[in-house]
Amino acid sequence: MKKLAEWQLALPLALAFASIFLAPLLMLIGVSFFNDDKITQPGFGQWAKFLGDPFSYKVIFDTMMLGVKTVCATILIGYPLALIYLDASPRVQKVLIFIIVMPLLLSVVVRTFAWIVVLGREGVVNTLLMQLGIISEPLRLLQTELGLVISLTQIEMPLMLLPLISVMSRLDPNLRDASAALGASRWRTLFTVIVPLSMPGLVAGCLLVFASSTTAFISQTVIGGVRLIYLPLLIWQQSLVVFNWPFAAVVSITLLISVLTVVSALSWLGRRSGGYVHG
Amino acid sequence: MGRRRSFGDLSYGLVIGTLATLALLIIVAPVVIVLTTSFTEGRSIKFPPTGFSLQWYEALFDPSKSRQIHRAASNSLEVAAWSTAFGMLLGSMAALGIARNRHRLARIADGFFLSPLVLPGLTFGLAALMYFTLIGFRPSLNLIIAGHMIVTIPFILRTTTASLSQLDPALNDCSQSLGASWLYTLRRVTLPLIAPGIFAGAFLAFMASIDNVPVSLFLSTARTDMLPIRMWGMMESTLDPRIAAVSGVLITSAFLLMLIMEWTVGLTRRMRE
Repeated sequence: MKKLAEWQLALPLALAFASIFLAPLLMLIGVSFFNDDKITQPGFGQWAKFLGDPFSYKVIFDTMMLGVKTVCATILIGYPLALIYLDASPRVQKVLIFIIVMPLLLSVVVRTFAWIVVLGREGVVNTLLMQLGIISEPLRLLQTELGLVISLTQIEMPLMLLPLISVMSRLDPNLRDASAALGASRWRTLFTVIVPLSMPGLVAGCLLVFASSTTAFISQTVIGGVRLIYLPLLIWQQSLVVFNWPFAAVVSITLLISVLTVVSALSWLGRRSGGYVHG
Repeated sequence: MGRRRSFGDLSYGLVIGTLATLALLIIVAPVVIVLTTSFTEGRSIKFPPTGFSLQWYEALFDPSKSRQIHRAASNSLEVAAWSTAFGMLLGSMAALGIARNRHRLARIADGFFLSPLVLPGLTFGLAALMYFTLIGFRPSLNLIIAGHMIVTIPFILRTTTASLSQLDPALNDCSQSLGASWLYTLRRVTLPLIAPGIFAGAFLAFMASIDNVPVSLFLSTARTDMLPIRMWGMMESTLDPRIAAVSGVLITSAFLLMLIMEWTVGLTRRMRE
């Protein structure tokens, strides 16, 4: 009997992926080229309808901007936390990494619910501000983009921090000492030494946060409400409320293409910056 | 010169420290607040909670009042257990097959198997719904298991591949040159060494399945309700205070599970790799 080649061990998974991953995605593309919701008349009608409507572009733009804003917010407060992690003693590092990873294992629905309690009319923020006498009327924080970005910042934070920390821990600590010894201030060391060297981790984090926040259906619908419309809500409405599958297929392919475009642009940037650093 | 630099360092410490503290606060505070509010005595969810009681936990564990939640929870557990089990089997086989293979095709397959990580889950969820419906399957837990396996298997592949790449290839050669068969080497040398990697990945896959929304949203029905979808329903209409109790249970179990995984397979170390 011929010895089994090692690569053949991957065949069962390849089969599973072909039949329940690739085939559905191909079918999705096929369904998008039907004009009617009974899926009987082939044509470009749904694509024409979606791409001919200015509202579609607004939704695409809003969805991408939500991703960009969340990425910026996670960098703004996540990067400093990664720096603190880098300087901490091994014992503190252990506690920090536990705190950082913990939310990742917590259901997204629980994390979203937590923000309702924090941002709601009778929520923590409003109660606190009213008791301090800063405001007299409760602020409207739920169902605003600001509230959604704040919530997503916490929900997606681990995805930014894990790659950042893993890249930063591999940096040679001598580099920072050398920079300081040569007279650079800590700010200068940060921007000319640490940031460029941690670029691969930063890019990986941006990529994950962007992909996750633009498709965060539960957070978007519960905290954003129905007035803020993003692509995931549109997909859900069209497929499970209106039952127009071809149109839903068009919207989800649009979501796929927009997210993958940004993600590949980012990873191209990441590879380039990686080359720059080592070159 | 010296003064200016110390001012710069001071502002550095101040700015970085403040932002990092804000980050920690934003990560931890909501979780603590939810845990606290779940013990409220009141009829609604408020912070700070009024008084202390276990009423919402009692309501949650009452079999007649919360039957739907129980059913959704047991569906979620069942789906997570099966999809993780299949994922462990197919995933570790595939990792053994191609992780150390430098061939172009093997690299492509590797990327393909990891692609559910970046692909919007909703797109796959909708695609799976259309596919299963149009080829004539009725909605069932089995379909959800299949869908969850696809989106959670990258976690298993990643950690298994990482531990395989740290394995000294000489071990394999030694075992084989000493006359051990390929299968014996696998069973006695390779598998025991990569087992922590497989289990760490399986744990992440299990948690991702319990938490999965995009696939369950499209494939579950009233009969095959899943926990996150039910919880979404509890938040969408009037805010049902039992959701605070569900959250409390989930937070506590995630915390305990994570401690256990940290002690047994060094989970956080593997996630940083």
